[in-house]
Amino acid sequence: MIMIFGIPGPLLFGQLLLGLINGAFYAMLSLGLAVIFGMLNIINFAHGALFMMGAFASWMLLNYVGIGYFPALILAPLLVGIFGIILEKTVISRLYKLDHLYGLLLTFGLSLVIEGLFRNAYGSSGMPYRIPNILQGATNLGFMYMPNYRGWVVLAALVVCLSTWAIIEKTPLGATLRAATENAPLVQAFGVDVPRLITLTYGGGVALAAFAGVLAAPIYSVNPNMGTNFINTVFAVVVIGGMGSIMGSILTGFGLGVVEGLTKVFYPQASATVVFVVMVIVLLVRPRGLFGKAA
Amino acid sequence: MFGFSRAQSIAFVVMVVLIVVSPFVLYPVFLMRVLTAALFATAFNLMIGYVGLLSFGQAAFFGMGSYVTAWTMKMWHVDASIAIIFGGLTGAVLGLVLGYLAIRRSGIYFAMITLALAQMVYFFCLEAPFTGGEDGIQQVPRGHLFGFINLNNDMTMYWVTAAVFLGGFLLVHRIIHSPFGQVLKGIRENEPRATSLGYRTDDYKLIAFVLSCTIAGVAGGTKALVFGIATLTDVHYSTSGEVVLTTLLGGLGTVFGPAMGALVVTSMENYLAQFGAWVTVTQGAIFMICVLAFRRGIIGELGSFLRISL
Repeated sequence: MIMIFGIPGPLLFGQLLLGLINGAFYAMLSLGLAVIFGMLNIINFAHGALFMMGAFASWMLLNYVGIGYFPALILAPLLVGIFGIILEKTVISRLYKLDHLYGLLLTFGLSLVIEGLFRNAYGSSGMPYRIPNILQGATNLGFMYMPNYRGWVVLAALVVCLSTWAIIEKTPLGATLRAATENAPLVQAFGVDVPRLITLTYGGGVALAAFAGVLAAPIYSVNPNMGTNFINTVFAVVVIGGMGSIMGSILTGFGLGVVEGLTKVFYPQASATVVFVVMVIVLLVRPRGLFGKAA
Repeated sequence: MFGFSRAQSIAFVVMVVLIVVSPFVLYPVFLMRVLTAALFATAFNLMIGYVGLLSFGQAAFFGMGSYVTAWTMKMWHVDASIAIIFGGLTGAVLGLVLGYLAIRRSGIYFAMITLALAQMVYFFCLEAPFTGGEDGIQQVPRGHLFGFINLNNDMTMYWVTAAVFLGGFLLVHRIIHSPFGQVLKGIRENEPRATSLGYRTDDYKLIAFVLSCTIAGVAGGTKALVFGIATLTDVHYSTSGEVVLTTLLGGLGTVFGPAMGALVVTSMENYLAQFGAWVTVTQGAIFMICVLAFRRGIIGELGSFLRISL
């Protein structure tokens, strides 16, 4: 058996993979938060609840309609994204002229309502979601056995994160979006429908959270608290990375997942808090975050 | 002497009369829960209402105050006053450390940082041996106050809780109406201008933060004494959310708002407790209604209706 720093190789790589998976979720969620913050100037506290809704949507599609995992991977984000668009149109858009803190308070209230309703309907114990047949089993990579589904999650998350980055940084739509982030009135003066852009951005960010939720459904049990468990850490991730850059969010998310995984190997007691400790260090050394713009 | 206007003096007298009369009509333990929640929210209002700092991690100070008071009471059998002071000191020290970090960013980042730091405190409490993990610290004796007042009687405990609340309430009011408080309001309205006038705004914000956390610690400690228990619920982030809701519903930046909010929120929890998660749904809905249509809160709306500042 290979030993690395006195740790058996398979254990180290196993935890690294788990770290990468958590990192994939951190990356997708903090990416969505950053995109939404850029356009709407609000912190979407309901992001965790919408992530949970994505997982529930895939579970409902399977159990009520009989639609399997792969179609759900497209359908669930679409449905939750539409829900997000309705939310933005009906409530969130009323707050743009107010202090940013009101957006945070409103979406916090929203998350309480959503989570409370799901807890009333489904209890808090959680329901299993089966890994699709084609992704069952494990592959021998030579240095470790990798469960296929976990590899798939990392891959899918990477693809989605990088395509979001490409859309925002490399396409004309992305260019308009970035311009509207910098100076909305000017872009509107050029004839771009900025309010619609804002609505679509919110829908897109929400769909990203729901996509992460579908990916998470087979790994964690589908339960109403799954979003809350993640989102508090994701806020720390956002503070560490700063919300200035899309690639920054992706790198910080994956990076912190790996750091967390490694902590589980070397000092398990600290694994729950290591992200927060990193946040403290970053605040002391570089308060605006690793990729944040100067205030 | 506390800077009350005439309307506020009348409101204050009404509040004191209500505090004195209510234990003869209502269940004192319920009222003590209201009073500790009111003190917690009043302290929180000092930050959000007068400095504009939205902290989403106040449960850390409330909960740690509660743990430390419970622990000193149970292990050292000290006087109740000492235990509560320890609770306040815990809030102060923790507030100084976490505040020093969080003050480095403002606005929504401040909210996220305080939330994350409080989450760290929560995980610490979950793992640390002295908190008793999931069980919490149970069967905390109420003991004696100043050596001779036996607190085991609910009515005696009620008067002490009421005194602690009124003390904290007047202290916060005095702080707001001091020259220091005026600077805080100046920072809330226009921070760059306050900086250009030569004020070190970060120091002011940190002092206000520490004061608020100290009182939160006292409130937590008092609650631990009243119920004889300190648990993870007190450090959980839902407690942080609840104090935000309480203050928002009562009225941000109003003198009597937090107390009014505490009365409404605590009563609501009391009556809805049998319906499980509907408490959460209702709280969330109130949050949304307050933000969308009712931003001045109960006392703020009442004050603007009567054209007075309450």
